Amino acid sequence: MKMTDHRIGVSPAVDDAIRRHGEETYPHECCGALVGRDGVTATVPLPNTTEEGPRRRFLVRPSDYRMAESRATELGGELLGFYHSHPDHPARPSQYDLDHAWPTFAYIIVAVAAGRAGDMTVWWLKDDRTSFEEGELHHGDENSDSDTAQAVHR
Amino acid sequence: MATKILIPTPLRPYTDKKDAVDADGTTVGELLADLTRKHAGLKAHLYNDQGKLRSFVNVYVNDEDIRYLQKEQTPVSPADTVSIIPSVAGGTDKAEKGYGPFSTSAVAEKGSYPFSRSVDELPQLTNDEVKRYSRHLIMPEVGMDGQRRLKAGSVLCIGAGGLGSPAALYLAAAGVGTIGVVDFDTVDYSNLQRQIIHGTPDVGRSKLASAKDRLNAINPHVDVQTYEVALSSENALKLFEPYDVILDGTDNFPTRYLTNDACVLMGKPNAYGSIFRFEGQASVFATKEGPCYRCLYPEPPPPGLVPSCAEGGVLGVLPGVIGVIQATEAIKLITGIGEPLVGRFLIYDALRMKFRELKLRKDPDCPVCGTHPTVTKLIDYDQFCGIHPAAPEPITVNTATEITSLELKKRLDRGEKVAILDVREPNEYQINRIEGSMLMPLGEVPRRYAELDPKAEMVVHCKMGGRSAKAVEFLRSVGFKNVLNLKGGILDWIDKVDPTQPKY
Repeated sequence: MKMTDHRIGVSPAVDDAIRRHGEETYPHECCGALVGRDGVTATVPLPNTTEEGPRRRFLVRPSDYRMAESRATELGGELLGFYHSHPDHPARPSQYDLDHAWPTFAYIIVAVAAGRAGDMTVWWLKDDRTSFEEGELHHGDENSDSDTAQAVHR
Repeated sequence: MATKILIPTPLRPYTDKKDAVDADGTTVGELLADLTRKHAGLKAHLYNDQGKLRSFVNVYVNDEDIRYLQKEQTPVSPADTVSIIPSVAGGTDKAEKGYGPFSTSAVAEKGSYPFSRSVDELPQLTNDEVKRYSRHLIMPEVGMDGQRRLKAGSVLCIGAGGLGSPAALYLAAAGVGTIGVVDFDTVDYSNLQRQIIHGTPDVGRSKLASAKDRLNAINPHVDVQTYEVALSSENALKLFEPYDVILDGTDNFPTRYLTNDACVLMGKPNAYGSIFRFEGQASVFATKEGPCYRCLYPEPPPPGLVPSCAEGGVLGVLPGVIGVIQATEAIKLITGIGEPLVGRFLIYDALRMKFRELKLRKDPDCPVCGTHPTVTKLIDYDQFCGIHPAAPEPITVNTATEITSLELKKRLDRGEKVAILDVREPNEYQINRIEGSMLMPLGEVPRRYAELDPKAEMVVHCKMGGRSAKAVEFLRSVGFKNVLNLKGGILDWIDKVDPTQPKY
């Protein structure tokens, strides 16, 4: 188990939704919002509006961001962060991710290799913006321990 | 004077968890300065190292993005509500690896626009460049960022002719970092009346070599790339790929349709222009939201219907006006300033000195950019248009009805009675003629042929042999038996028989 201040729970439905979204948009990046209170209980898939090539970039425009915030309120939660996929690329944040990151948000990255979703990781921006800190994803199901969570994530 | 600022979720830890805070100021800039004074933790997340708002930080005044107002100078009052709204962006590093800052467009995909480049990725200007571009830099609309966008930007000029000449000259002077030129012609005396990138000493040189010299002389900071090929369905996509904007300076329909279709398929804006006699047209086609050339003209016209400049003529200064409009649009697209000529079709009449503007809509049934496109890859347009670019006047004649210049000369020298019919226009006849010929423009032949003797031995000619072939075909169809077409027209006659006369 990693030593980290940051951990976030994801329900099996959320885990599945993120993976499926990444596979659907492959070879392009998918993106969406993470909604919940203590853990992620819902996702809001969003259109990737980047104009720099969706195979390697994603962009959530301001209007969609606003929509995600109001959707979060509607669902009785708050906006916890965003997820996106890295097609044919490891599930580690890039310099570009770092340059564009917002503080306090959880950033979930799912690697999609050759159309199949693989590793899923979660990251938080350090307050001084110098790097990301990897957090821990754990399964939202109360009965599952971290081992089964790991198994799901492989 | 406090104005309310709405804070997005990720920044609330820096505002004591509040989703709205008050700040003082008369402009957005002052307001944000006050905000970051009161909540110091915000500063690093709102501003970059140069003290500019980060590109993914959007500031709205009552639902209007300040980028479309007066940016940070946008005035605010206590009645306004200011919102900070995130754009959330990210992605992989693949693009950065192996590509320099100058070639960010080399990996551009469909829908990529040059002005969406992040400022941090733009190349810096050298001191020499700052001096050179100072009249740009002092205008806030261009400024340092705009000039750096131009330096990172690239334009491909299709043709170094009438339109390509003035366009490329101004693009180079303005500091567009990379200018590509596609052409396969050599400079001819008849080009110099309008193709001002070439000079008299360049006659006979390749247009590309001449253009490159001239562009480098104007601005050595510009990287001039030359492509000595005819644009084709085989090479268009590859040629266009590294460029931000395609500037269509073509003089024929096959290449114009090819350029349009390739721009649509690749999502690259097409700064379009065309000229004929005293009239010019310009527009910006194939942007994501706007129409393309085929929304206006879905299919090319049948061959022979529309004359080329070589046949119809063109006022020399006309391509100067239109080419410079195209260059203006290319510069606006790269810098992202102003209102591009998208969805608008500009028509310029030099004789009346009038500009008219037509509204153009994206056609959902457009064969290439519509919702169900039928053109999904490039077509070999030469065959489909029936035009061969190397032969603007298609000569499809039966050799049995042809005569060469030397044969004609021999027959005349022998004292044979041969009538010579010139089917060119009167202004062409003023330039040069075969002695003793009769003028009857091709368009008048069908109603005037009765003036001719159907039994006479007759040789028909035009400039190069195309129009006279049509006249011969017509005359034979109405009973003229002894009509021959002069092969190669008067140009061949001058080459072989009478070199004292001027050619055009």
